[in-house]
Amino acid sequence: MVDKGFWGSRRAFGAAFVAGTALLALAGTAHAEGTIRVLNWQGYGTDEAWAVELFEQKTGIKVEHDYFNSEQEMLTKLRTSPGTYDVVLINSSFTGDAAAEGLIQPIDTSKIGNWGALTPAYRDNAMLNIDGKVMGVAWLWGVTSFAYNTEKLGAPGSIGALWDPANAGRVGWRDDAVEAVQLAALATGQNMNDPADMNVIREKLRALKGQIATFWSSEDEWNKLMSSGAFDLATYWSGSASRSKTAFGLPVEFVIPPEGAIGWLDGLSIAAGAPNPDGAHAFIDFMDSAEFYVKWDTEVGAPASANAEAMAALPEGAFNRVVLGDPAVGERLQFMAPIPEERRQAYLELWQETKTYFAE
Amino acid sequence: MSETARRRRAIVGLTAPAYLWLLLTIFLPLAAMLCFSVLTVAPIGGREPALTLKHYAAFLEKDFYRDLTWRSVRLGLDVTFWCVVVGYPAAFALARHVRGCWREALFLLIVLPFWSNGLVRVFSWTIVLRDGGLLDRAVHWVVPGAGALDIIYSYPATVIGLVHSFVPYMILTCYLSLQAIDDSLIEAARSLGASAARTFLRVVLPLSLPGLVAGAVLIFVPVVGSFMEPRILGGTQGIMLGTVIEDQFTTVFNWPLGAALSFILLAIVLAVMLAALPVLRGRLAGAEGASS
Repeated sequence: MVDKGFWGSRRAFGAAFVAGTALLALAGTAHAEGTIRVLNWQGYGTDEAWAVELFEQKTGIKVEHDYFNSEQEMLTKLRTSPGTYDVVLINSSFTGDAAAEGLIQPIDTSKIGNWGALTPAYRDNAMLNIDGKVMGVAWLWGVTSFAYNTEKLGAPGSIGALWDPANAGRVGWRDDAVEAVQLAALATGQNMNDPADMNVIREKLRALKGQIATFWSSEDEWNKLMSSGAFDLATYWSGSASRSKTAFGLPVEFVIPPEGAIGWLDGLSIAAGAPNPDGAHAFIDFMDSAEFYVKWDTEVGAPASANAEAMAALPEGAFNRVVLGDPAVGERLQFMAPIPEERRQAYLELWQETKTYFAE
Repeated sequence: MSETARRRRAIVGLTAPAYLWLLLTIFLPLAAMLCFSVLTVAPIGGREPALTLKHYAAFLEKDFYRDLTWRSVRLGLDVTFWCVVVGYPAAFALARHVRGCWREALFLLIVLPFWSNGLVRVFSWTIVLRDGGLLDRAVHWVVPGAGALDIIYSYPATVIGLVHSFVPYMILTCYLSLQAIDDSLIEAARSLGASAARTFLRVVLPLSLPGLVAGAVLIFVPVVGSFMEPRILGGTQGIMLGTVIEDQFTTVFNWPLGAALSFILLAIVLAVMLAALPVLRGRLAGAEGASS
């Protein structure tokens, strides 16, 4: 989230130009045909059956999907299969890595009709705009924190609930090194992107021994574990929590504690050597449209949209509008910054060591 | 052309496809991984690698790798042990006491798990083992006052899942050894006054040892490196050397460390086998002596 001001002002000048070309872009998309191949997490918006159908009706473009289970797997797929994918979902903290390796190509923003409607803070984010080129179109943002079962627990007032002995053996935790370190940093009052004292974090993570009932790794698994009572409070993503509530009817509530929470921004990028770049632009534009987002969030559940108009079109009382739209909540978020490879490796080693300690 | 030259040619011609296949599918990928394991970074995406042994050194420097190695080896031993306990009697019953179409039907049931996807098998165990799952309900139906059966997401759950996946190997290899035993040997032992137990210990068991050993090797090796079953069924007890290796490939882009850890695991497996070899060789030789 650095350099926001610089990009903001520059983009403001271009806004009128962008709005003018939106019509042209729409006309362009009508001619883009064939198929596009999307690389994304499974069940993360782009593969909603109704959305794929609607997009095909509008443009005549068929959408195929391939999935990844980790950001590294996504990067590996891009590295080892160039020319296979058109659109790829990349968390903004990885967009720089992907761009530096030449795995993605610059976006022609004149082909993104909704460009002008995107919230400048996300659209012009320095993690997506690299060396003056747009390498990813801001799509969704959300929060990583935790959710609890409202039928079994009272509202937790602090992130400390995860460490509370009263909740021993009832905590679910995502088996992810970076997330574990960042949550421990928040719980110990540190800057999660540059923790000052790793020893404190190490001790905090070790203190989870006996607290954690089990690890989870996918949204689907989380829903099963929560509904079967395997855990009663668990780390989670805001968009997934709203899906668990809306689509699966689980009695869960998402918590953004006073200690803060992890904010993240997901962008859609176009793979280098994409077979159908026009189709890719058209699909990204469609994904950023209010038409898609409002239906997705109200009927299925989604993170917050980077499209300000789409957010404004949500029904009154929607979680994404009420909670994430609250400026006080925004101030409590620390946005995820890119992590250098050595530090990522160090986090992984710390987490593996901690898990070995859990298993003793 | 002489007879021997023609024979030699036939042997080369007949075995070449198999060796070529082994070369392409096993030797080359292994060699590539061996190369990766001594590089600083994977040479993909324009990275400049240099030679290093630091990934092997990392294994020695960090205590938790040793703990993990022991966890993985212990998992391999436990799963192999339970496969013998479950598989050998089943193979014995099939080979010695079941005849005709029943034998075929039972065989089909044993091989059936092989036909389903491994992931599906593991996930179906989560349904059986979880609190309020099939096993939990069955136990409470029989013993209404029993406490909660807390098996899922534990070490035993991992062992159960792996035994289920691998026990067919043990049954098949033991069955082959057992059904090859000549009935007259057993009759001779009994007619010379040996009890049923003594006949089993002195005649049947030694003769079926090759099958038992083959099954144990087929099970021990993959189980030591397993990562999917521990991850899904093990919960907080699920960390193994296999899952740590998987992490190097999927959560960080550290193929060299993953490759180095894989080769260390391979070396450990070979060391365990070598340690077991003298014992086995003695026994196997004994078994051959007994059968001749």
